[in-house]
Amino acid sequence: MDLVAAIGLQLAYVIANLALISLGLAIIFGMMRVINLAHGEFLMLGGYTVVVATNAGVNIWVAMLLLAPLVVGIIGVIVERLLIRWLYGRMVDTLLATWGLSLLLVGLVTSIFGASTATTVSPPLGVLRFGNYSASGYELFLILITIVLFFAVWLTLRFTKLGLLARGTMQNAEMASSLGVSTSRIYMITFGLGAAVSGLAGGLLAPMTGVLPTIGATYIAKAFITVISGGSAILAGTTAGSILLGGLNGIFSFIAGSTFGEIALLIAAILLLRLMPRGITGRFFRKSL
Amino acid sequence: MSNGILRQMRPTFFYALLGLVFMFAAPQVLQLFTIINLTTAIALAVLALSLALIWGYGGILCFGQVAFFGLGAYVYTISAINFGGSTWAILVAVIVTSAFAAALGYFIFYGRVSDVYLGVITLTVTLIFFSLIRRTSGPEYKIGNALLGGFNGVSSPPINLPWNPTAFLFPEHVFYVAMAALILCYLFAGWLVNTKFGRVCVAIRENELRAELLGYDSRLYKLGIFTIGAGIAAIGGVLFCNGVGRITPDVFSLYNAALTIIWVIVGGRGTLIGPIGATFALFYLTSALGGQSLFNNNLVLGAILIIFVLLVPKGVAPTVVDWVSARRKPAAGRVRRRRNARVEGAE
Repeated sequence: MDLVAAIGLQLAYVIANLALISLGLAIIFGMMRVINLAHGEFLMLGGYTVVVATNAGVNIWVAMLLLAPLVVGIIGVIVERLLIRWLYGRMVDTLLATWGLSLLLVGLVTSIFGASTATTVSPPLGVLRFGNYSASGYELFLILITIVLFFAVWLTLRFTKLGLLARGTMQNAEMASSLGVSTSRIYMITFGLGAAVSGLAGGLLAPMTGVLPTIGATYIAKAFITVISGGSAILAGTTAGSILLGGLNGIFSFIAGSTFGEIALLIAAILLLRLMPRGITGRFFRKSL
Repeated sequence: MSNGILRQMRPTFFYALLGLVFMFAAPQVLQLFTIINLTTAIALAVLALSLALIWGYGGILCFGQVAFFGLGAYVYTISAINFGGSTWAILVAVIVTSAFAAALGYFIFYGRVSDVYLGVITLTVTLIFFSLIRRTSGPEYKIGNALLGGFNGVSSPPINLPWNPTAFLFPEHVFYVAMAALILCYLFAGWLVNTKFGRVCVAIRENELRAELLGYDSRLYKLGIFTIGAGIAAIGGVLFCNGVGRITPDVFSLYNAALTIIWVIVGGRGTLIGPIGATFALFYLTSALGGQSLFNNNLVLGAILIIFVLLVPKGVAPTVVDWVSARRKPAAGRVRRRRNARVEGAE
């Protein structure tokens, strides 16, 4: 019984982790059809914000939950105004430009903080014990906060005026702008919010992984697979993708080690794309958010 | 018809001839250290050529060309260690890499994955290779006699003369092999894009729907050029691990994947010589940057990529060609006018 609970918790953590690192990417991709190759670097910047802020004496919860999304959100808005704005409708060029941005940010952070890891922060919550097994309290907290985050995004999209305008712009930008919606501003806000969510995720993961200028590369492969497998629906797609791929990864890691977990994840994603080129939500739950 | 191809390929022959001159002149003029460095740059130029072929002519946005390059290098190294000679290892490297590309391409093209997804999927495959091979550091990860070595990589046996494993080539000789391989790959690619196959690929790049309505199976053509491109990249990989002497998982890193894209963007999509030239230029730029600490490579390359996407989207070679032909046209008009004037004056 204890073993089942421990494995279940581990599986839930793998899935939540995948969902957390993918959500920011999914928001920007689902809303704006922009694949942000600098996504990993937004996560990295969130991590650095937390480390710098806690070293400066800021409370770690404030740094993770407030400062990281705020700083990275502002960076996202600046990036959108300076770079992305010129490239709407040219998907390939946006990909390339955000890739350039990704290199630029890695280079910038390396120049400022150095290539090796900055002083790390330790996970703030202790160990939970049940029976013979123990689990990190922080992992449990990450699972909970991922659920809260998804719920918050769903509430925003479903019930606020901003969410309505954003969904309208997503469905038909021309119609929205002829009805008096400033689509350019909606895009700016969406990109900023997507970046803020990425920053939050990066900040939350910083105590688990440490921070490095090149840490983004370890996230983006998984985030891309999840979002593409999920399809264009932001929340349903990311949830479905994370559960399927995270579940497979977790199960195979448990059976055969983490290397095989990663291989299983990749093969599942490629098979999935052969069967459903438009992702899970391209076939099922089409009307979902 | 073949006469037409030869005429089309005239510039290709010209550049190949330049390459040949360089191949024989460089070792007379340059120091051994420079020659060894050049061998690495040549290997990378073969990689750039392969991407120039499939992206510039096939319209396939492959972000993971470096995966085939690295795979070729790893397969070569592992089989050369096991076979005790390089002759079959080179062949095995090219075949295995092409087969892998064909399998991956089957899922991508027959799944009708759109070009943007294609970029992301190939990039993801590259990064997965990166993280997988980095983990293979234990003694249990071995293929035949070859330890994979994880983060530190494997040292590659040098190329030897065909079917004579005792006759190793020294670095100065590997330069000739690399340069000859680059010239041959370049001629092959230049020939390929002028064949009917190449023209259909260009037609698909320009308008996939129209090409399909004309009866061409675009999936098959894309798969074909993708597989050929992967084979060329594998040749580059074989040269690379010979030039450097070992192969590490770093070859699959995001930085190298980006670098390949940057060569093609800077050199220009739709040309073959442009990306080759850009590879040499940027290779020397990044080497020069390695000598100072103010700007690091990521920063400079990121800035170059952004500037080219925003301001010079066609790349250097096509921009120069456009500029020259735009200048030549009015000049030609002037000559004609002058000639006309002379004719009128004579009358």
